[in-house]
Amino acid sequence: MPVVIVDGQEIEIGADERLNCIEVARRAGKEIPHYCWHPGLSVVASCRMCLIETGQRDAATGKITMVPKLVPGCQTPVKDGTVIVTESPLVKDSRARVEEALLIDHPIDCPICDKAGECLLQDYHFQHGQPERRADLQPFHSRKRDVGPTVTLFVDRCIMCTRCVRFTREISGTAELMVTSRGAKEEIDVFPGHPLANKLSGNVVDLCPVGALGDKDFLYQQRVWFLKREANVCGGCSAGCSIHTEHNQDAVYRLKPRENPHVNTWWICDEGRYGWHHLHDQSRILDAARKAASPSHRGSGATPATETVEWADVVVKLRDDLKTAGRLAVAVSPMLTIEEAWMLCAVARSIDPEAFLSLGFVPVKGEDETFPGGFTIRAEKCPNRKGVEEVLALYGAGGHSWNDLVAHVAAGKADAAWITAGYPGPWIDTAVADAFANLKQLVVQDLFDSPLMRLATWRLPATGFAERAGTWVNVAHHAQSFRQAIRPPAGVWPEGRLFWNMLGRRGLYDATAVRQQLAASSPAFTALAGEMPATGVDLRIHQLA
Amino acid sequence: MTPFKPVLLEAVGVPDGHTIASYKSRGGYAPLEATLAGKQPADVIEMVKASGLRGRGGAGFPTGLKWTFLPKDHPGPIYLCINADESEPGTFNNRILMEDDPHQVIEGIILSSFATRASTAYLYLRYEYPRSWHRLQDAIDEAYAAGYLGKNIRGTSFSLDIYLHRGAAAYICGEETGLIESLEGKRAWPRIKPPFPAIEGLFRKPTVVNNIETMACVSQIARRGVDWFKSIGVPADPANPRDPGSYGPKLYCLSGHVEKPGCYEAPLGITARELIDRFGGGVWKGRKAKAVIPGGISMGLMTESELDTPLDFAGPGKVGCLGLGTAAVVVIDDQTSIVDFLHNSARFFAHESCGQCTPCREGTSWSLRILERIKAGKGRLKDLDILLEIGNTMGMMPGSTICGLADGAAWPMKNAIKKFHSEFEDYIKRTNPSGWMVTDPVPALQIAGAH
Repeated sequence: MPVVIVDGQEIEIGADERLNCIEVARRAGKEIPHYCWHPGLSVVASCRMCLIETGQRDAATGKITMVPKLVPGCQTPVKDGTVIVTESPLVKDSRARVEEALLIDHPIDCPICDKAGECLLQDYHFQHGQPERRADLQPFHSRKRDVGPTVTLFVDRCIMCTRCVRFTREISGTAELMVTSRGAKEEIDVFPGHPLANKLSGNVVDLCPVGALGDKDFLYQQRVWFLKREANVCGGCSAGCSIHTEHNQDAVYRLKPRENPHVNTWWICDEGRYGWHHLHDQSRILDAARKAASPSHRGSGATPATETVEWADVVVKLRDDLKTAGRLAVAVSPMLTIEEAWMLCAVARSIDPEAFLSLGFVPVKGEDETFPGGFTIRAEKCPNRKGVEEVLALYGAGGHSWNDLVAHVAAGKADAAWITAGYPGPWIDTAVADAFANLKQLVVQDLFDSPLMRLATWRLPATGFAERAGTWVNVAHHAQSFRQAIRPPAGVWPEGRLFWNMLGRRGLYDATAVRQQLAASSPAFTALAGEMPATGVDLRIHQLA
Repeated sequence: MTPFKPVLLEAVGVPDGHTIASYKSRGGYAPLEATLAGKQPADVIEMVKASGLRGRGGAGFPTGLKWTFLPKDHPGPIYLCINADESEPGTFNNRILMEDDPHQVIEGIILSSFATRASTAYLYLRYEYPRSWHRLQDAIDEAYAAGYLGKNIRGTSFSLDIYLHRGAAAYICGEETGLIESLEGKRAWPRIKPPFPAIEGLFRKPTVVNNIETMACVSQIARRGVDWFKSIGVPADPANPRDPGSYGPKLYCLSGHVEKPGCYEAPLGITARELIDRFGGGVWKGRKAKAVIPGGISMGLMTESELDTPLDFAGPGKVGCLGLGTAAVVVIDDQTSIVDFLHNSARFFAHESCGQCTPCREGTSWSLRILERIKAGKGRLKDLDILLEIGNTMGMMPGSTICGLADGAAWPMKNAIKKFHSEFEDYIKRTNPSGWMVTDPVPALQIAGAH
């Protein structure tokens, strides 16, 4: 195995690994500071922050010959015997000078900059900069430029790492951003009439190591040091991108991509990134309620009286109502986690052993869209169809679709239906909803009002993606577990908690315990046993092996 | 020294010397025909290697050796790029060659393409040379008509097309990978190396980039022979194994404060003093030289006492200059302020820095700001230390930049401040009697007209 020497420490690397000095140093616990290098983009070696000393150890004699000048760590591949020095006086001086140079044209307007607190220029200045400014002091200036619907460019804060430019050329393939002018007059800009308006545009804000690119959605909303982050999975489509939900006091402020080589690498799409606002929509359904009126009043147009039901009572009364009604049909939403889906199926079968189970409504918008960098936005706008189908298969209902359920109900084969939904937007029209009009009991569990909700005898609130814990299985059978990031509003019980209690289980709902049981009881879910890695596992791992 | 008869400049002053008829009457294209009739590409490479020809573009890299870096038996296209983006301040020898003897250049391009197996050559011409543009295009048309360009030249399997490309006036396009990027239609940001152009260059194919004067030398070597070429110039220094010698004639561009500025051909190794006195008619107005730029502004400065330095590839380096560069000798007389000189130099490099690497982008602009302030009477002695530090740390040599532009900006700064330190000190103390000793940061001046 090739051995690389990082500051005297021998690091073994894989025989066919192609690594640069920054990556190898990281394995040795040494951070080589860098701005322009990003593992997902081409190497330009232009910021010169990662300059280090390198050399080569002769395999036969063990003698080390050093290169007589500094080299960029990002551009220098390592091989057996490569020697890397990351902390020599020469390297430290060079870093201090690059920091100083970058600050010459920087406004240093940290107090009003959104990036403050997570800014590489700040961090590196404290780690590697010099204590005193030597450059001529300039009056404060901070020009703003609108470069697109989602992004504002703070021109003077830019350090010209060109990550954003390379992103639009290499990953989104849209090439809106460019560099204009020359030398210290250089600026990032867009071509006239061609704003930064691609479906991945928000990623340039994540890529920006300083506060030059601001996300309009997040701008001036919150200081980043107040934010807490939870590893989550995006519920926007069946790609299931790994994200960090950044929140404070049960309010989400922004979503950031979380690096996951199996799923989304370093990126997320704008639809996912900004797709959390529905969580804090004022029109969300917050109370569990039961219609007091008799079924004959339904469809007459008059709003029947409803009574709010305490959650503890829901557990009992819902079961009783459904049991009394008779034949049950249940739609298991692809927005639910596999733990919730599994428990819901168990609840349904405990009420009616013959209950008809099916997949819930699967929202589809357009077609899958793949970008030149390989990133794909899926047309299927739900995160867990694959997972719910696997769960349904355990109950002998693997092939049942939403349309099957609608037909089943329309044919009068059910007396009661329990529809789980949880979609962020409108999903059902009156024509489809009418099929459910003549049921004795209709339970609808959703985020917002809908034609179906208006027919419901039981109206239950659903929870959004950041408010639940569990496991989703994406379109490529990749399962990722996540924890709850924020609490749902107004004491709403997440679906998992309701099903857990309806199953009569003790204590607080524990998604991990349910996952372990699921993994133990079904070969299809064996891969989920034990501790889940942060990047998830492929459900088919055992079948593949 | 024996009288030297110009070879590269033999067409200068000849009526219609730029036409193919005139060129052929001087023996032109006969070597090409002989080469195509009976020689192999390897023979031409061997000839150029044996001649010791070093690239005339500035770096002085051995031309034949550069050609051998191309991959052997490469199946795809190989490109030859001719660098005529002559923008080093003080340099105009390529222009003379292109305007007065374009066929000498074209024959060299054809021979070099034959040697490197390139079937496409791009000539990247500086925007500000409209006359060269027309002369070259006319000459290329003539060469096509005469059957020296096109498909199956002279009945052989060798084909060559030359495309004339006009740049858009940026200094950085003269850097070989900047030129390649620009030819590809991109922003001329020099590429990181490796890979070197010989492995992956234009359109990601093996590419050789050579200077106009180098091409003219190839023509002359083919016509007059290796022995003739090696009889001119300075042989390799036996004490220095890394010195391949400086052979052949060289076009020196003499300008500045001399009586007769112009482009003069002389054997490599002529001293600056001899060049100024014998060709330039001495420093103008009977004054003395204060400093002389040996080869374009980026090479630094020689003082009066260093003027006996031979202007070969190794000479200027011995007195602390960067090298021979383009052999553009600029004379600065003793009435000129060296502060003004350095300010002018800094203004050029701050304007022309491509802005890719932080140390160059910010270093050139910071040094200009400091010099603007010094000239505005607000200089401090500390500024000289900062300027020297910037000069010592930016560039390819310390490893802090991708290309050599920053070295070119650093050298005049280092040379001027080291060799004329007392003048800078006096200037600062005289113009800023109350503040020259301040070391705290000072307010920046508004810079007008720097760009």
